[in-house]
Amino acid sequence: MSASVKNLILFATVFAMIPLIAQFQGWNAALFVLNMGLISAIMALGVNLQWGFAGLFNVGIMGFVALGGLAAVLVGMPVTPGAWQAGGFGIVASLFLGALTIGIAIIVAGRMAKGWTRSLVVFGILVVGFLIYRGLFDPSVEAVEAIEPALTGYLGGLGLPVILAWPVGGLLAAGAAWIIGKTALGLRSDYLAIATLGIAEIIIAILKNEDWLSRGVKNVVGVPRPVPYEINLQNDPVFVERAAGFGVDAVTASTIYVKLLYCGLFAFVLVLLLWLAQQALNSPWGRMMRAIRDNEVAAEAMGKDVTARHLQVFILGSAICGIAGAMMTTLDGQLTPGTYQPLRFTFLVWVMVIVGGSGNNLGAVLGGMLIYLMWDQGETIGLQVMEWITAGLPDGSAVKAHLIASAAHMRLLTIGVLLLLVLRFSPRGLIPER
Amino acid sequence: MDFLNAFIALSNFVIIPAVAYGSQLALGALGVTLIYGILRFSNFAHGDTMAFGAMVTVLVTWLFQSWGISLGPLPTALLALPFGILGCMALVLTTDRVVYRFYRAQKAKPVIFVIVSLGVTFVLNGLVRFIIGPDDQRFLDGERFIISARTFREMTGLREGLAFKTTQGITILTAVIVVALLFWFLNRTRTGKSMRAYSDNEDLALLSGINPERVVMITWLIVAGLATIAGVLYGLDKSFKPFTYFQLLLPIFASAIVGGLGNPLGAIAGGFVIAFSEVTVTYAWKKVVTYVVPESMAPDTLVQLLSTDYKLAVSFVILLIVLLVKPTGLFSGKAV
Repeated sequence: MSASVKNLILFATVFAMIPLIAQFQGWNAALFVLNMGLISAIMALGVNLQWGFAGLFNVGIMGFVALGGLAAVLVGMPVTPGAWQAGGFGIVASLFLGALTIGIAIIVAGRMAKGWTRSLVVFGILVVGFLIYRGLFDPSVEAVEAIEPALTGYLGGLGLPVILAWPVGGLLAAGAAWIIGKTALGLRSDYLAIATLGIAEIIIAILKNEDWLSRGVKNVVGVPRPVPYEINLQNDPVFVERAAGFGVDAVTASTIYVKLLYCGLFAFVLVLLLWLAQQALNSPWGRMMRAIRDNEVAAEAMGKDVTARHLQVFILGSAICGIAGAMMTTLDGQLTPGTYQPLRFTFLVWVMVIVGGSGNNLGAVLGGMLIYLMWDQGETIGLQVMEWITAGLPDGSAVKAHLIASAAHMRLLTIGVLLLLVLRFSPRGLIPER
Repeated sequence: MDFLNAFIALSNFVIIPAVAYGSQLALGALGVTLIYGILRFSNFAHGDTMAFGAMVTVLVTWLFQSWGISLGPLPTALLALPFGILGCMALVLTTDRVVYRFYRAQKAKPVIFVIVSLGVTFVLNGLVRFIIGPDDQRFLDGERFIISARTFREMTGLREGLAFKTTQGITILTAVIVVALLFWFLNRTRTGKSMRAYSDNEDLALLSGINPERVVMITWLIVAGLATIAGVLYGLDKSFKPFTYFQLLLPIFASAIVGGLGNPLGAIAGGFVIAFSEVTVTYAWKKVVTYVVPESMAPDTLVQLLSTDYKLAVSFVILLIVLLVKPTGLFSGKAV
C-alpha cells in the first residue's frame, strides 16, 4: 500500500466520523466539531512548523492563541463611545512612555561604563519612568473602566470587519514570539520551553485583569461575525422558502447554514496555510531548517545563522497559532479569558502534532482533526465508561459517586498516557515525515 | 515618623512571608536543579510530583485525624510526611522505570526528555485530580500561631502586631534542616560525592566505576523527598490545590535558573531572590511608608507596584533579565 493511499484512508476515516457524530448528536453538533477540528488543525500546523521543521519546543501555545482572541475583540468590537476621550489616549500615551523608559534605560546601559554609577543611573531612569507611567496610567484606566461597567467599561475595538482580526491576531502573536525568541533562543533548548510557559501564563493574567483592554473575567460577548445571524436568516422569506425546499425547518436550516459558512472560511484558511507550509517545507529554506534541526553544528559550519533561522520559524509558527486563536474567538462570538487552560490549548495541540506525525504538514492536520474529535467525544464517552464500570456498585455509595464525579479528570490522564505511548512506540506518528 | 512600627509592619507582611515562601521555592528548585544536574533535563513534572507527594500526605493526615492521632500543637501532617515521601518515592521510581529509562538507554536529546516529562505531568495531574479532586483541601490542624498579632501587641505595647504562624516557623526550620542534610550528603558521603562526580563529568565518572543507574535512582529518591517536603510545606502555609502546584513551576524554574541550573547553592539563593522580589513588588507599601515619612507626606494610594494577580510576571521578568544578561545564573550553573 503506497503512502498516499494510506493517507487517504486515514483522512477518510477521520472525516467519516463527522456523519457518525451527526447520527447520534445531530448535524449541528457534528459541524461544530468539524469547525473546531479545522481550527485545531491550523494550530497543529503552526506548532509543526516550530517542532517538526525546526525542533523548537514551545510550551506557550495557549498564550498565542489567547492573543489571537484578543485581536478579534480589538478589531471587531465597536468603539465604546467616549472611552477614548475619557482615558484611551492617556493609556496609550502612558504605555508609550513606559516603553520609552525601558528603551532609554537600555541605551544608557549600553553607552555608560560598567560600575555603580551606571547601575544607579539606570535604576533612577526606571524609577522616574515608572512613576510617570503610573501617574498617567492609573487615572486613565479608572476613567475608562467607569463607563457603564456592566456593559462596556473597556476601550472597545475598532469596529472593523472581524475577518481582519485573523491576520492581526497573527501579528500580535508574532510580536510576543519575537520578544520571547529574542531572549531565549540561542540558549539551551529547555530555556525556550520555560520562557514560553511563562509568557503564556502572563498573557492570560493580563487578559483576566486588564479590564480596560479585554473586560477581564467579565468577558466580551457579541463579537461581530463574518457570517449572517441565524435570527436574520429565519426572518428572511427567501431563506425560509429554500429551507422548506430541502424539507428542513428554518431554525435547523439556519444554524446548519451558518456553520457551513464558517466551515468554508476555515477550510479556505487551512488549505492556504497548508499549501504555504508545504511550499516552505520543499523549498531550499525548508531543507535548511531540517538540516539545522538534525545537526546544528554542521549547519552552522556551512554558514547558516542558526539563531536567526530559529527566531524566524518560531515567529511564523506562533503567528499561525495567533490566527487560529482569532478564528476560534470569532466562531465562539466571545472572549472568555477564564477558559484558556494550558491543558486544552498547549498540551492538546502538542499531542495533535506528535500523534499526527511531527515534520509532516498533512500529519499535523490529520492529528489536529483526530485529536480534537477524540477530545470532544471523550467527555461523553468517558462518563459512559465510568458509569459502566461502576454499574456493579450499589447506588449512593461514596466510591461510585467519587468515581463518576472524577470522570472529567480522566481526559487529562488519557491524553497524557496517549502522548507517552505514541512517543515511546510510534515517535514518528501516523503520517511520518518523508 | 516611627521606624520601629514600620519595621514590625515590614517584618509582618514582607520579611516573614517572603522567607517562608523562599524556603518552599528553594526546596522545589533544589529538586529541579538536582534532576538537571544528574539526568540533564528540565523536569516539567516537578510541580505535579510535589502535588502527588503532598496529596499522599494529606490523605494519611486525614487517616490519622480520624484515628485521633495528633501532634498536639504541631500539625498532624508532619507525622504523615514520611508516608508521603515514601509514596512519592514509589511514584518517581515507577515513572523512571516505565518512562525515562528507555530514553536514557537511547541517549535521547534533552528536548525529548522535556516532552516526555510533560506527558508525565499530565498523567500525574490527572491522577491527583482523580484521587483527591481539583478543589482546595484543608489538612492543617494544631496551634495556628507561634506569636499572634494581638499577643505581640500586648507584649510590646507597639501599635503594629507581628504574627508568626506555626506553618511559617515549621517551613523555615524544616528547610534549614533539609538543606543542611542535603549538603552534608552531597559533600561528605561517598554516594553524594559520586553523584557530584557524575554531574560534573559523566564519562570520567563511568570510567572510575560509578554505577550510573544507582546514581540516577538515588537522585530520584532525594528529589521525591525534596518535592514532597516542599509540597507539604506549601500546602500547609497556603492551601492544597492541585492546579496551584502546576503554576508553581514557573517560580521554581525561575529560581533554579537565576541561581544557575545544576547548582544546589544557586537554587537556594534563587528561591529567596524570587520570593523577595515577588512579595516586595506586589505588597501595598502604604502602611510602612506612612510610618516612615512625616505625617503631611503620607501617601493616599496603596503604593503597590503591581497587583498580586501579576506575581507570576515578577518571576518571569527576573527570568528574562537573567537569560539576557547572564544565562548561566548567579552561581554559574552548567547550562548555557
